[in-house]
Amino acid sequence: MSENAIEVENLKGYYKGTFGVVFAINGVSFTIKKGEIVGIAGESGCGKSTLAELITGFPMPLLHYEEGVINVYGNNIYELSKEKLRKEVSCKIIAYVPQYSMESLIPIRRIRDFILEVMRERTGQIIVAEEKEKLLESTYNHFRSLGLNPREVLDKYPHELSGGMKQRVTIAISTLWNPRLLIADEPTSALDVTSQRLLIEMLYNLKEMGKTETIIFISHDIPTLLQICTRCIVMYAGGIVEDGPMNDIIQSPLHPYTKGLVLSIVSFNPDGTLQTSLASIPGKPPDLRNPPTGCKFHPRCSQRLPICSEEYPPFFTSKGSNHPVRCWLYK
Amino acid sequence: MAQENTLLDVVKLTKVYTSGRVRTTQLVATKDVSFQLHKGEIISLVGESGSGKSTIANIILRLLRPTSGHIYLNGKDIFKIKLHDYYKSVQMVFQNPFGSFNPFYRVERVLNKAVDFVYENSKTRAQKDEIVFSALRKMDINPEEVLGRFPHQLSGGQLQRFLLARVLIIRPEVLLADEPTTMIDASSRAGILNQLINLGKTEGLSVIFITHDIGQAQYVSDKALVLRQGEVVEQGPSKEVFLHPTNKYTKQLLEDVPSLYRKWKWRFA
Repeated sequence: MSENAIEVENLKGYYKGTFGVVFAINGVSFTIKKGEIVGIAGESGCGKSTLAELITGFPMPLLHYEEGVINVYGNNIYELSKEKLRKEVSCKIIAYVPQYSMESLIPIRRIRDFILEVMRERTGQIIVAEEKEKLLESTYNHFRSLGLNPREVLDKYPHELSGGMKQRVTIAISTLWNPRLLIADEPTSALDVTSQRLLIEMLYNLKEMGKTETIIFISHDIPTLLQICTRCIVMYAGGIVEDGPMNDIIQSPLHPYTKGLVLSIVSFNPDGTLQTSLASIPGKPPDLRNPPTGCKFHPRCSQRLPICSEEYPPFFTSKGSNHPVRCWLYK
Repeated sequence: MAQENTLLDVVKLTKVYTSGRVRTTQLVATKDVSFQLHKGEIISLVGESGSGKSTIANIILRLLRPTSGHIYLNGKDIFKIKLHDYYKSVQMVFQNPFGSFNPFYRVERVLNKAVDFVYENSKTRAQKDEIVFSALRKMDINPEEVLGRFPHQLSGGQLQRFLLARVLIIRPEVLLADEPTTMIDASSRAGILNQLINLGKTEGLSVIFITHDIGQAQYVSDKALVLRQGEVVEQGPSKEVFLHPTNKYTKQLLEDVPSLYRKWKWRFA
């Protein structure tokens, strides 16, 4: 068994519709080792969620898998049949918690009945009334270990729970089968700071208790990523621009885009030395229907070279720090 | 009593929402909120969702009537000022920039209407254009890039700066900014915040900045007000409130903020 949890090789996924073809993911390759917590950062529309959807093997309508290899714990996602993927891989190996997943709880069912329905769907067995309590036993333990009181939560309807609680319940439900890879897409974006912290602590506990092994955490909020992630992948316009340890990305970013992104973060500083110069990145992300030639960032880049508009840069490693970056400046 | 240079004086503002068939279910949205806004000052209202921030903004904008309490603008009760005059001195920027524009019309209509509103239809076409162009340039927008376009063709950040240009034309005394950066990309947030500071420092507007993001409040404001379930738990100069909080709730809130400068200590369940 290799020690990589995910291997992605030259992945391409496009949106196709009446609007034309959107090159949303265009040639992404990376590997994630077992036990890593990886953050994916970037502006909206850079392909973070599209990448997550492609990894699950069930792209939403209009999104089409084009080419490339995704290997998750030895399962080649796009070579398995959909039926096998649904029965054996999803929830058991990959759990995907999409953005606004808390809206997916059924408003007219109690959480308890919702969980039983998910179980029936997963295992394919018919659940009779007498077996319900027995089946829910493991759910009780799972919820208790995550700091959720099962008696308080399970008998309620979704509208009786707060947003943070709903989000934690959906993550708890999606990890019932101990998935080895958990993909959380913007789980904290709609929450208050206190609920944000509880949720991130829950994710951390899931990993510490061994219920899940590897976590991909997608967020545009870099201070949140810093709290939990060990490694950060920065995406721009459908490709990876920089990939390195979380602390390096914040303290010594290499790519001009990452530099701009880090400079534009408005963050609370408990020591009181206020940031003096915050600056936005000028311009706006390119229209991915006809992306710019060469490096996708060159129209907004202040340090561009003649070669930038001609050729897409490969990964370079700079002398000072040893993480890969896609920029001609480090050739 | 209010001091000499107080612009907006909010005194014991309480709003109770009632619902149900016989109006028996009550929800206290704000309770005895008092603060003063001086000229050229940026004050931020910080709190989690449901803390009553937006209710206060809506009352100041006269979209809601308070259950009890008063608001004075330059010593006059705001509910006794003529609405047309009132909106010349108080303006607002909302959370969703796309909701502030009519999608059927080109964006410059908003600015032309603002010019008509302030100068009572006395300007010619050429004069209007000049005012619009100078306001846009002050907001770092290239007029050729945005004029003649429809709202959906511009990004959220551009639209929000466009609305700040509108505020600049009207030149109110008080600007309410209700979470102006939440719907905007992280990379263009800093620009909006810098423009807000600019409005306060160089144009002399007083700004009420409503946010749930403590980092932004710390960056922008001179004074801060921390709200919890409709009550003010702490208020003072923002340096005091954010660096040396005295209230237990404020301390906990600041502890929970994800920051670029520290990592949380893990509490195990």
